[in-house]
Amino acid sequence: MAKSITQEFVKGLWAEIPPFRLVLGLCPVLAVTKTVENGIGMGAATTFVLVCSNILVSLLRNIIPDKVRIACYIIIIATFVTVVELVMQAYAYPLFLKLGIFIPLIVVNCIVLGRAEAFAAKNSVVYSLADGLGIGIGFTLALGALGAVREVLGNGTFYGISLFGPSFEPFKFMVEAPGAFVGLGLMLCVMNMLESK
Amino acid sequence: MNDMVKMVVVLTILTGFSGGLLASIRNGTAEQIEIQQLKFVKGPAIKSILEGAENDPIADRFKIKDGEKEYSVFVGKFDGKANAVAIESFATGFGGPVGVMVGINMDDDSVLAVGVTTHAETPGLGSRAKDDPGFVAQFKGGAIKDPFKVSKDGGQINALSGATITSQAVCQATTDVGNVYLKLKPKIQEKISTMK
Repeated sequence: MAKSITQEFVKGLWAEIPPFRLVLGLCPVLAVTKTVENGIGMGAATTFVLVCSNILVSLLRNIIPDKVRIACYIIIIATFVTVVELVMQAYAYPLFLKLGIFIPLIVVNCIVLGRAEAFAAKNSVVYSLADGLGIGIGFTLALGALGAVREVLGNGTFYGISLFGPSFEPFKFMVEAPGAFVGLGLMLCVMNMLESK
Repeated sequence: MNDMVKMVVVLTILTGFSGGLLASIRNGTAEQIEIQQLKFVKGPAIKSILEGAENDPIADRFKIKDGEKEYSVFVGKFDGKANAVAIESFATGFGGPVGVMVGINMDDDSVLAVGVTTHAETPGLGSRAKDDPGFVAQFKGGAIKDPFKVSKDGGQINALSGATITSQAVCQATTDVGNVYLKLKPKIQEKISTMK
């Protein structure tokens, strides 16, 4: 374990930022990033699940038998997802209505299971916490950025605030499904260009 | 063999722990969730059904039991008299339960208005039960003691085209509310009189 805790945290923000570098968990990335608010809400929910499940998986990594480890991870993840769902219903109902089915679908998000299997099952609690937090924040930033691009171009607003005044003709294509693919593709392209320099 | 026991034990403990945690969180948030649903889902429906009420029907609500089932009754005041109530019921539609809020005029036991609250019907077809004011307007003024039926079943309601099952569910739920209301009317009146 040569890497420091900070390195484990920081790698999630750029070197292994989930949707762009790991190219994992694309379903919510494409589906909920119509607005910045949705993107950040989804990111925050995923971060919570990621951090909690990473901690618990790491704590139990010596107890969980190898043969049923996936089942155990899914139970842990599903529990925290349901916690998020209930809490979100109780305290952020409008956001819950917008994210809808994608909150329960965090259970099958490959990022969460991927980090549990690839990282938390092999590392100590503090490292797993840093990893979960880093990846989670990276995911949130990525969703927020994609949401910002789509909302600004497709709706002329940022976080619900109108940017260009009434004369702006919104580029509706960007808030529809194809716009998500194009937006994600362009962002990947920019990331690769920056990387290759 | 030892391995097998360990697997069973670990999974059992884990699921037990998870069940306990979820149950306690569910209990802890149930009340808050109900408030949020009242505010964001049922609130607008109740407001439009009991339009022009002098009080806040959401604040003036009480629960009433019919056997095992519990209903929330929202009271609306018109002309200084608490003479309207809104009750919600559910019936199975095409995609799941359809929640229908029915406003009742207690003076002549007629339907004030009907509104769909929650549903999982097909967008563009069944969802029009909620979005198309013309459909629910058909219920207005109907006597609560008569069952509501779509014209296909010999009733008076024109079903939404392409959404017969949803239309039937709305009729069913409205009829259910009527039955519950007639059955519990004395109790409801008693509750209202003790309210203020």
